[in-house]
Amino acid sequence: MTRYAMVADLRRCVGCQTCTAACKHANATPPGVQWRRVLDLEFGEYPDVQRVFVPTGCMHCDDPPCADVCPTTATKKRADGIVTIDYDLCIGCAYCIIACPYEARSRTSKPTFAYGAPTESEAKRRDDRKLGVATKCTFCVDRIDAGVAKGQTPGVDPDATPACVNSCIAQALAFGDVDDPDSNVSQLLAENQHFRMHEELGTGPRFYYLWDRAAKDVAPADDRALATVPAHAVEESLP
Amino acid sequence: MTIGTQPSRQRSWDPRAAANFICGGAGAGLIVFTVLSGARDAALTASLLVGAALIGTGLLCVWHELGRPLRALHVFLHPRTSWMTREAFVATLLFPVTAIAAAGVTACAYVAAGLAVAFIVCQAKMLQAARGLPAWREPLAAAVLVVTALVEGGGLWLALAPWTRTGSQTLLATFGGLVLVRLFVWLAYRRAIALASPRATSALTGAGRVLQSAGTLVPLAAIALIAAGAVTGSATLALGAAAGLFAAFAGAYLKHMLVVHAGFTQGPVLSRLPVRGVPHVRPERI
Repeated sequence: MTRYAMVADLRRCVGCQTCTAACKHANATPPGVQWRRVLDLEFGEYPDVQRVFVPTGCMHCDDPPCADVCPTTATKKRADGIVTIDYDLCIGCAYCIIACPYEARSRTSKPTFAYGAPTESEAKRRDDRKLGVATKCTFCVDRIDAGVAKGQTPGVDPDATPACVNSCIAQALAFGDVDDPDSNVSQLLAENQHFRMHEELGTGPRFYYLWDRAAKDVAPADDRALATVPAHAVEESLP
Repeated sequence: MTIGTQPSRQRSWDPRAAANFICGGAGAGLIVFTVLSGARDAALTASLLVGAALIGTGLLCVWHELGRPLRALHVFLHPRTSWMTREAFVATLLFPVTAIAAAGVTACAYVAAGLAVAFIVCQAKMLQAARGLPAWREPLAAAVLVVTALVEGGGLWLALAPWTRTGSQTLLATFGGLVLVRLFVWLAYRRAIALASPRATSALTGAGRVLQSAGTLVPLAAIALIAAGAVTGSATLALGAAAGLFAAFAGAYLKHMLVVHAGFTQGPVLSRLPVRGVPHVRPERI
């Protein structure tokens, strides 16, 4: 069984937004719509301040709230874990946008362009099927399917890998099959401590955040590594 | 800070969506109260039709909000898990049954009342199923919507009483009881979301005050005056109507604020911060 997942190494991400730009380029999303965002968060008080860049987007949850509430079955979860939207079924009720705890979905009612009138590229790539319906990150499912059909491995072969992962300058993003113990993402998860956002909601997000080496690799005297910030402290420091 | 770093207010459902909850709840509640009142003939017909018209108005509003309104029939495709689909199915049954009941088939009135309750429950669960918004997913949010819909319906029933002449002391007491229950459920709900969504709590403060004063104290005072026999004749019906309208409008205002202004996301939360660098690694790993 294949279950695709994304891994973001918070220690590596430098917030360059290249993944965001690559996603926009690959998916031709309109202005204001970002399927792959990078949050710029600041924690603590001077002089003890930490800045964290957090790539976010659709988490392709195991139990996606968006799919449960969707009245049309436009939102579906594939066997490989990728959550998709059928633009021809969606009625644009926006219920899924509200149900998503990760603010990963958007709806654009009218064609919008970066500079008012469409550029040549925008005119060429305009897709009216995406107007008035919910849209979100697809893990570049078309690239994955095309790559798999050619015998390629998503997350390893660039042609079968999401655009954001290919573009990451720091190799902070990784993609692959978490059910394969030898995959790149499985190894990253085994070698590092990780968490998933809003796990308490029971959504089972398929987006893992690495924050430190695996506990077995951290020396007992390593105060800095062990001095993890408790969840409530982080939450409280959010504005 | 970039976008999405703080809880933000949902902007996908605007006053048109709120109108569906307000009109739908009030209309369904009115159908319930009308049937419970034992109204007959023209009074039954008028009240049921007003109730159905309100539900229809709410659905029309939300239809107008769809990104692809011409595909609206797709809403029926997911009854297994979607409360929006279930609401649509119940509404589809509710309209003809209510019409038949309004035409004088009394037995259908009870079926209509049952469907109206189901409609209210669907709407309440619809809000609660939105797991992205702490103030909505709180289980007591569903209770607030259910009891508010019944109070609004009862309020409209009282407001129509001068024309329908269907007033009843028992139902008036029931209405008063529901107003009290709504107050307690609201207070419990407010306490429940205070920690989970402080912004929603703040957004609902004004509506809560209105609910407690105009929506609770005024109607209860009016009901007390009626029960004490301080007013007689047509003044009783007028006072009852005023009490009903106050209670209904306070509930509608609360729903509007809940849907349009209190739908805050929880924002991103990191349970750990990244540990950067290698300050004190084990010697064997250097």
